[in-house]
Amino acid sequence: MSKTEQDLMSLPKKKFKFMNLAWIVILVAGLFVSINVTNTHLSELFANFGQFTEIFVQMSHPDWSYSSTVIPLLLETIKMAVLGTLFGSIVAFVYSLLIARNIVKNKAVTGTLRVIMNIIRTIPDLLLGAIFVAIVGIGPVAGILALSVFTFGVVVKLFYEAIETIDPGPIEALIAVGANKLQIIHFAVLPQIMTYFISYVLYAFEINVRASTVLGYLGAGGIGLYLQQTLQVFDYAKTGTIIIVIIVVVVIIDYISSKSREALMR
Amino acid sequence: MNTTYKQLPPKPVDMKKKIIHWASTILTIALIIWSCIGIDFSGIKATAAQIAGAIFSGILHPDWSYVYNGSGEDLVSQLWQTICIAFLGTFISAIISLPFAFWAANTRHKKWYASRSGKIVLAIIRSFPEIILALMFIKAVGPGSAAGVLALGFHSVGMLAKLFSEAIENLEDGPNEAVTSVGGSKTNIIMFSIMPNLMPALISNTLYRFDVSIRSASILGLVGAGGIGYPLIISLQYRQWNRVGIILLGIIVMVVIIDWISGQIRKRLV
Amino acid sequence: MADSVKPIIELKHTSKVYDNGTVGLKDINLTINQGEFVVIVGLSGAGKSTLLRSINRLHDITEGDILIDGKSITKAKGKNLRLIRRDIGMIFQSFNLVKRSSVLRNVLTGRVAYYPTWKTTFNLFTKEDKQKAYEALQQVGLAEKVYARADELSGGQQQRVAIARVLAQNPKIILADEPTASLDPRTSERVLNDLRMLNEKYGMTVVANLHSVELAKEFGNRVIGIRAGEVVYDGKMSETPESVFTDIYNGGNGSEDEDE
Repeated sequence: MSKTEQDLMSLPKKKFKFMNLAWIVILVAGLFVSINVTNTHLSELFANFGQFTEIFVQMSHPDWSYSSTVIPLLLETIKMAVLGTLFGSIVAFVYSLLIARNIVKNKAVTGTLRVIMNIIRTIPDLLLGAIFVAIVGIGPVAGILALSVFTFGVVVKLFYEAIETIDPGPIEALIAVGANKLQIIHFAVLPQIMTYFISYVLYAFEINVRASTVLGYLGAGGIGLYLQQTLQVFDYAKTGTIIIVIIVVVVIIDYISSKSREALMR
Repeated sequence: MNTTYKQLPPKPVDMKKKIIHWASTILTIALIIWSCIGIDFSGIKATAAQIAGAIFSGILHPDWSYVYNGSGEDLVSQLWQTICIAFLGTFISAIISLPFAFWAANTRHKKWYASRSGKIVLAIIRSFPEIILALMFIKAVGPGSAAGVLALGFHSVGMLAKLFSEAIENLEDGPNEAVTSVGGSKTNIIMFSIMPNLMPALISNTLYRFDVSIRSASILGLVGAGGIGYPLIISLQYRQWNRVGIILLGIIVMVVIIDWISGQIRKRLV
Repeated sequence: MADSVKPIIELKHTSKVYDNGTVGLKDINLTINQGEFVVIVGLSGAGKSTLLRSINRLHDITEGDILIDGKSITKAKGKNLRLIRRDIGMIFQSFNLVKRSSVLRNVLTGRVAYYPTWKTTFNLFTKEDKQKAYEALQQVGLAEKVYARADELSGGQQQRVAIARVLAQNPKIILADEPTASLDPRTSERVLNDLRMLNEKYGMTVVANLHSVELAKEFGNRVIGIRAGEVVYDGKMSETPESVFTDIYNGGNGSEDEDE
C-alpha cells in the first residue's frame, strides 16, 4: 500500500506551549531584577580580579609554621561536631518516632510536632550559631548548641521518612500477639531502621564538620576564630594554612564516613 | 510426632563481624568521651536563660514597624535582596556547573582518571567554606550583595555539578548510540541526545540548590556579603530582641514559601 | 477435640463500615466452637479479611460485639486488649517477619506479651522460652535455620517461621489470613499440614481464609461462605455440596453482577 508523495501530510505546526514561554520570561526578568537589586556587575569583578587572584596567590603559599598553632582549635572544632551530632541525634531519634504516622496515630500530635520541626529546619546553621552566641556567650558551647539544633533538623526529616516507609507487616504481627507500643517499636520498627539511623547520623556528622569550621568566625568556638583573626590583619598566608587544614580534615572525615555508610548498607 | 526435642544450640559466633561491631562501638564511645574533655561547659553566661526568653518574647512581640518603611533598609527589602542573591548565585552556578559535570561524570567512554580528577576538584570546591569565599570576594568587589552572589555562585558549583554529573551517569546509553550511528559528532550527541534527556534532572537539581542557596544567602550577611544576615547580626549585637524576632520570623516565612514553591514546581516536573 | 462444645468466638450483629463509606461487614452473627478448623471462602473483596481482622481487632468494627472466650474484645482497652490478643495467634499472607532479625528472634516475638516491657527492652528472654522457641522451630522442621536471618529463607520457610511464632505464642485461636496466597501448591500443602497439626495436637481453634477450594475441602471441617460482607453459607464441610462453592464464586443465585 504505497502512497504517492502528495498523499503524505505536510508537517503540522508545532503546538505553541505558552507555559514554556512564560517560564523563560520569568527567568529572564528574574535575572534582570536580581542583577539590579544585588548590584552585581561582572565588569566590576574583572576589574578587581587582580585583587582576588592576589589573595588566592598569597593563600597558596601557606605559612606551615602556623599549622601547629591551629591544631588545638582544630581538635576543638571536631569535638564540637561530635557533641553537636550526638545531642541532636538523640533528640531526633525520639522525635522521629513521635511524628511518624505509622507509629503515632494521633494526627493532632504528629501535625503540631511536624510544624515545629519544619520551622526549626528553616533556620540555617550559621544563623543558629549567631543566635546562640548571643544567648550563651562566646565559646564552643554556643557552637555545640547550634550544631545540635541543626543536626536535629537534618536527621529528623530523613529518619521519620525512613520510618514511614518500613514494612507495616511486622507491626501488624506484633499487635496481633498482644505487644504494647514500646515492644512494637523495639521488635518490629527498630530492626528495620537502625542502619538507616546510623547512616543519617554519619551524614549529619559530615555536614557538622564543615559547618563547625566556620562557626568560630561568629565566636561560636573552633578553628573559625583564627580565620577571622588572620583575615582581619590581611595575613592571607596564614588564612591559606587554615583553609588547607580545614579542607584536608573535611575530605578525610567525608571519606571515612561515606565508606562506613556504604559498609553499613550492605 | 516425636515428643523429645533437641536442646537449643549456642549461637554460632562470626568472629569478624563481632570484632568490627565491638571495635566501632568502642571507637564511637571513646570519641564521645574525648569530645567531652576540654570543652568548658561552665562558660555559659549567667544571663543565658534571660536572653533566650527575651529572644522568644521578641518573636512573639515582633517589631512590626520594621516590616516595611520604604527606606530600603526594612525587612521586606532585605528579604527581597536575599532572594535575588540566591537566584542570581544559583543561576551562575548552574551555568558553571554544566562543563564541570561533564568532566566529572563517569561515563563508559572516558578514561577513569578524567572523571576521577573532576570529582576531586568538585570535592575541594565543596569543602571550601562559603563564608571564606564571601570574605575573599568582599576584598575583591567590596562589601555588599555582589560579593554574596559571587560566593554563592562559585560555592554551589561543588554540590550542583556533583548532582548534575550523577544525573549524566544515570542516562541510558541508547539514544547516544543512535545519534552516533547516524554519524553525529560529540556536540551533536550533547545537543540532540544528552541535553533533552537531562533537562528535567538539571532543572530539578537547580531548584533544590535554590532552596539551599536561600538559606545560605540569609547567612552571608553575617560577614557583610549582603542580604538579611547583616541587619540580624546588628540587632543581635545591639540587643534589639523585637527586631531579632521579626527578622527570624521573616526568614522562616521566606524559606517556607520558597521551599513550597520549588516543591510544587519539582512535583510538576516528574 | 471431643470435649463438650464450647463457643470460643462469638460475633453478634457485627457490622463494619470503612471511613470512605464502603461496607466491610453487614450484620454478621457467628459462633465458632473450640477446636474447630473453620475455612472462610469467598471472592476477593467479599470481606473475608475484614472479618478475620475484626476478630483480633486489627480492624475496629462499627457496630455489634465480638466475644473471645466470653470476653468482649470490642470493649477491651490497653492491657486487657493485649491480654486477649495474646490468646489469638495470627498468620499473614505476607508472613510479616522482621526480615533483618534472626529466625529465633522472630519466633521469640510470639512471647513478648508474656513479658513486662523493661525485660523485652533488654532482651531478657528466659532460657525456657528460648528452648520453647527452638522446639517450635523443630516442629515445623526448621531447626537448622534457628540463627539464620529471616530474609535468607524462602517464602515457604518464612511462613513456617511465622507458624513457629504462633506456636511459641501458645494461643487458643489461630487466625490465618490467606496463609498460602503467596506460596506454590506443594508449600501450601505443607503449611496447612502444620496448621492442622496445631489444631489436632494442641486443640487450637483455626479460622482460615482460603481462596483455593481444593485446599479448603481438604483441610476444613466447617465452611463459611462470605459475599459482600454477609454470611451466605455456613455448614459442615462433609455435608457441603459442590454447588455451594460454585455459587459463592460466581456471585450467587446465577446473577453474576450482584456485587460490584
